[in-house]
Amino acid sequence: MAPDRAFWIFATLLSHWRRHPLNFATLVIGLAVATALWSGVQALNQQARTSYDRAAQVFGDAGAASIVSAKGTSVAQEHYVALRRAGWKVSPVIEGSVRIGGVSYRLVGVEPLTVPKGSAVAGLATGGDLEAFLKAPGQTLVATETLRELGAAGGSRPVTEGKQALPPLVVTEAVAPGILVMDIGAAQVILGKPQQLTRLIGGQGEMPDEASLVAIGGDALKLEQPEERGDLARLTDSFHLNLTAFGLLAFIVGLFIVHASIGLAFEQRLGTLRTMRAVGVPLRLLMLVLVGEVVLLALLAGAIGMVCGYVIAAALLPDVAASLSGLYGAHVGGHLALQGRWWASGLGMASAGALAASAVSLLKVYRLPILAVAKPLAWREAQHAQLRRQGVLAAMCLVIGAIAFLWGRGLVAGFVVIAGVLLGAALLLPLLLAVVLRLGERRASGALAQWFWADTRLQLSGLSLALMALLLALAANVGVGTMVEGFRKTFTGWLDERLNSELYFDAAGAQEGGEIAEWLGRDPRVTAVLPVWKAETRIGGWPVDVYGTRDHATYRDHFTLLSHTADAWDRVRDGEGALISEQLARRMDIGLGSPLALPTADGVWELPVVGLYPDYGNPKGQVRVNVDHLVRHWADARRTSYSVRVAPSDAGALMTAMQSHFDGKIARIVDQASLKQISTQIFERTFAVTGALNTLTLIVSGIALFASLLTLSDLRLAQLAPVWALGVTRRKLMDLEIGKLLVLAAITAVLAVPLGLVLAWCLVAIVNVQAFGWRLPFHVFPTQWGLIVALALATAFLASIVPVVRLGRTAPQDLLKVFANER
Amino acid sequence: MTLIDRTHRAGGSPQASAPLLRVSDVRKSYATPQGPIPVLKGVDLTLAAGESLALLGESGSGKSTLLHLIGGLDDADSGEIMLDGVRVTGQPDAERAALRRERIGIVFQQFNLVPSLTVAGNIAFQARIAGRFDAAWQEELMERLGLAALRHRYPEQLSGGQQQRVSIGRALAIRPRLLIADEPTGNLDEATGDEVMGLALDLIARTGCGFLMVTHSTRLARRLDRQVTLASGVLAGA
Amino acid sequence: MNVRRLAAVAVIALTALGFGRAAAGGFAGLGDEAAGFAEVVPGKPLSFPADHGAHPGYRIEWWYVTANLKDASGARYGVQWTLFRQALSPGAEKEGWANQQVWMGHAALTSAGSHRFAETLARGGIGQAGVVAEPFKAWIDDWSFASVDAAGRGTLESASLSAKGVGFSYALTLTSPQAPVLQGDHGYSRKSERGQASYYYSQPFFKVAGTLTLDGRAIAVTGQAWMDREWSSQPLAKDQKGWDWFSLHLPGGEKLMLFQLRGEAGGSYRAGSWIGADGAVNSLASADIVLTPGPSRTVAGRSLPVTWKVEVKSRGLSIETVPLNAESWMGTVFPYWEGPVRFTGSHAGDGYLEMTGY
Repeated sequence: MAPDRAFWIFATLLSHWRRHPLNFATLVIGLAVATALWSGVQALNQQARTSYDRAAQVFGDAGAASIVSAKGTSVAQEHYVALRRAGWKVSPVIEGSVRIGGVSYRLVGVEPLTVPKGSAVAGLATGGDLEAFLKAPGQTLVATETLRELGAAGGSRPVTEGKQALPPLVVTEAVAPGILVMDIGAAQVILGKPQQLTRLIGGQGEMPDEASLVAIGGDALKLEQPEERGDLARLTDSFHLNLTAFGLLAFIVGLFIVHASIGLAFEQRLGTLRTMRAVGVPLRLLMLVLVGEVVLLALLAGAIGMVCGYVIAAALLPDVAASLSGLYGAHVGGHLALQGRWWASGLGMASAGALAASAVSLLKVYRLPILAVAKPLAWREAQHAQLRRQGVLAAMCLVIGAIAFLWGRGLVAGFVVIAGVLLGAALLLPLLLAVVLRLGERRASGALAQWFWADTRLQLSGLSLALMALLLALAANVGVGTMVEGFRKTFTGWLDERLNSELYFDAAGAQEGGEIAEWLGRDPRVTAVLPVWKAETRIGGWPVDVYGTRDHATYRDHFTLLSHTADAWDRVRDGEGALISEQLARRMDIGLGSPLALPTADGVWELPVVGLYPDYGNPKGQVRVNVDHLVRHWADARRTSYSVRVAPSDAGALMTAMQSHFDGKIARIVDQASLKQISTQIFERTFAVTGALNTLTLIVSGIALFASLLTLSDLRLAQLAPVWALGVTRRKLMDLEIGKLLVLAAITAVLAVPLGLVLAWCLVAIVNVQAFGWRLPFHVFPTQWGLIVALALATAFLASIVPVVRLGRTAPQDLLKVFANER
Repeated sequence: MTLIDRTHRAGGSPQASAPLLRVSDVRKSYATPQGPIPVLKGVDLTLAAGESLALLGESGSGKSTLLHLIGGLDDADSGEIMLDGVRVTGQPDAERAALRRERIGIVFQQFNLVPSLTVAGNIAFQARIAGRFDAAWQEELMERLGLAALRHRYPEQLSGGQQQRVSIGRALAIRPRLLIADEPTGNLDEATGDEVMGLALDLIARTGCGFLMVTHSTRLARRLDRQVTLASGVLAGA
Repeated sequence: MNVRRLAAVAVIALTALGFGRAAAGGFAGLGDEAAGFAEVVPGKPLSFPADHGAHPGYRIEWWYVTANLKDASGARYGVQWTLFRQALSPGAEKEGWANQQVWMGHAALTSAGSHRFAETLARGGIGQAGVVAEPFKAWIDDWSFASVDAAGRGTLESASLSAKGVGFSYALTLTSPQAPVLQGDHGYSRKSERGQASYYYSQPFFKVAGTLTLDGRAIAVTGQAWMDREWSSQPLAKDQKGWDWFSLHLPGGEKLMLFQLRGEAGGSYRAGSWIGADGAVNSLASADIVLTPGPSRTVAGRSLPVTWKVEVKSRGLSIETVPLNAESWMGTVFPYWEGPVRFTGSHAGDGYLEMTGY
């Protein structure tokens, strides 16, 4: 009988929604938008991680060591053969980039017979035709996205800008987007590097030890540990954490809506539930069916949300992909591939969120006495009790935030601080609003004015959740807006200072570099040719680039230093001091005057830190020293990069002259403007994502406000009827209703500004430092605030229109009914 | 009153058969911040199958409390209530719920209908969760209660008298052993109240169930077989 | 003999590399057409040392050595060393990575209690693997089979043989003053009734001395070895699905090679050679050979007979073969059973058995 019984109970509970479609709509919309934003962000994260995995899996175990040239050049093929002949099971890889139709692709040449088992390339044989891969003309394995980007069909042979035709294209899911995989022989031809390899990766056996490498390659080879290649997932972790935090914020704001609509539905059904109990529905069964109802609604709304989340993710993916590629060199597939795990976690979140949002209501039903005569406290008493409870909770949140701020370490602690402050402030909001409204009530003169303030205060309980959601959304808007604007301002300023040479070029080799520099030196237009030579090292296991520059006014006058000793530039010139990036200083916990121990090819080079400079967006550490001292300590430093000072008007002509004169000897040349444009574009796209999520969060909070007003409008009749009966016209009542909401929204917005600034400060001073290692100067943008307040008022106005119009359409007899049928 | 007379005859002699309901020394008090307030101080009562009894008393005399204890809506502090050979007191929620579902029909002063169910749905509700839905009986009830034409209406579209008829229909749809009613006409005007009462007593007679009604109206009470008054926590007179 | 080896070679570009075309025609694609490759024709004389080297114009080729060894305590061991070559396409050999040859090495060391094996693959054209005839040298990675002729003639009268894998390695010296033995019709060996054939010669008279290393323990051993050389372009009929092959060292220095190619319909093609101690070869007719499988045993999840009853009626040979280690499974990309066996009956001794297609 029990299943049957459960069915009828369930059917009866559901019949409520048919009679209250708006309530149902707000609940579904609340859950759907919460799930949509959360799952959208998760889809983006998952997509990115899948792409990293695929990129890493080209060679199997991403954590494996490899053998590279000790001098940073290429590995001779004869060394590969010698290692194999000595029994070391290594596999050759050549990597390079080719340009096709103006787009750069990573070309990877592999040798499928020796490649480690379990790698994507070894696995391609199962799906593809290895004989065709090896036999002329061979194959180019690409992801579907790459095929699309190339605008080519499978089997066609795109031609590189170097006039080389690729082997026929074959699509495989094993290859990450942006990568062209082909046989090593074909790759050597296309890259113009016969007999040369980039690295040797471990096959099935052990990697050779140092002695074997020396025996075979002299000093030409070195074993590179995996972390030296930079772990993409680790570098991008903070980016994804930021996205996740945003998704979570949106989810929580969405849950406010759910909480409000579920609460209302339960409130309206209390009588029914009591009746059910009275006529013999057992409590346990009732609870079970109620939980089942919440879960079912969550799954339904969650599924809708997941679809919306997919749309959001698909819309944001290009920007996310561009950011990741620009910031970290990570290729992310342009086509969303969703896994079962994503669905499971999204629907799980929706269910868990819905249950959490309905927990209070469910508990209330559980404790509901069948008989308790409804003894409603006077609303003032109820509000006082609620405000007291919220006040306590708010204090707890703020204390937790403070504890995390004072004693916490790391990014998670940073987010705890933010969560504590935001939640604490949100919970405190009704209290603050009540205080403000009471002040208004006291100052009001005239009966209607007094009623206005008192009635607004009466509405506070019902609207407080929605207002809290609005506060959070507005504060997030102020906070993120402040951070983004601040970053843009700082970053463009910094780029102007940092990129002060007119031309930058990379020579094909050290010798070519010298040749070009000498040639430039003879050109009367050129005022300086500045080497930007580089060596790579690791400090405390962290990859650090060491740059060698010449003493020049270009740096002395323009290079931004956060702090420095008086004679910093002199000491750098004399090789007696180093400038270090902010990231390095924070990570190593060193400052001005501290000794810096730089591991070089021939031992540790110790020199004092004489200056700290910002290095926004760089995931690696950076050190700047005098170029002569750099090459003294690193004989194999890369001597190919230079910057050129020339009158800006001559830059274009000089660039053309260089290109025609040196052609193949220049690997890359770019002018200042293009470089700045590339750099800013990357950040614009990063923040486009944040901006979009921000806007969506605001929309969600608008819906929350709308939902709350809608659900309250029924109850409002009882409160408005007496005022109407006393002779206030409906038109006047409508104006007053809108006015009340605007007052509440305005107060909320004004409170949101300082909260947003606190949030922004947390973001730049805690989260950014923990996530990226650099701190932004804190700028304030008052014009934004005005915008936010206007936005809040607009949101409140829009949200109040429908309920108020409904009020306006209420027939006088319905208002009268309030008296006839007192609740 | 012919109706009552017929009821008498249909039920036979109430004293002769084993009582449908036996209340023995039931006590109940309510906790308040000022300490417990005793409401029932040892109530004894019996009711035979087919017998109807009016429970009178002033406001706050505890007559509703007694009714709720008998209906298994609440539990007594001490004493015993037996319905149809089954103990009502001292039972866990699930047992009491089953008892209410399957043997007791309850009619409240505020009707307590499910607002989102139609007239037909409300009448069928208890029968359905009790697994005792009987379409023919449901039809007959609606017919006799004059609700047949209103079957698709929702409670808010009904008058008070109509709503109370629906709640009587719901209570009787399970063919209860005992029907209890708490001021069933309290929210209705006198004429409507009498009309509803007449329909109810007629149907109660047809089902042969016991009927216990709390009321403060002696006029209404007289339409029942017996009348008892609750005063100072004990029953007086009969 | 050795269609088995043919299959293994084909595997390099086929099953091994993941395209399961085994069912398309013959085992592991061995029944494929040989268009563009050199053809195997009867009456072509073999010459040495030139024919010890590679024949890149033919699609497939192998250098195959099996050895039956004993240590000082009398414990028995088996060693396998194989180098397969396959050309992916016909035509003149190209330089570097464009070279169309693909090489595959298999090595195994079998004792009564263990069977270790290893496999390695290499591209031709870059020096990672190859074979030169004079002085003879066959290699892939650090495995090699090379002449160590003291007189510097670079012949196979004295050769070193080495390989290593996980948990095992060996370094052996193989010597024999005798000339290679030409199988079939002066080195032309038919593989079916319809004319599929290969060039095939053997050196079954190697004496062996050297060292095995098993789990880090060095073991001095002596014994005898058998080398097979074969090349072809299309040796299997399309309906031949697997084979059983024996190379047996008979008492008195005689050698026996037998194989059967199991046809799809149950009919088998059998052939063999009875080799005198002086190297004289007598081909055995299919009807003269009776091969009766013993009870099946599950090895590596497959059911196959590890004991056999072998009869050569014309020679009065009736023996029973028993494996040294029934688990001599080569779990390589193209998997098969290969291991040392002992036999008793009318004759007693040891040898090697290979079974494929189970």
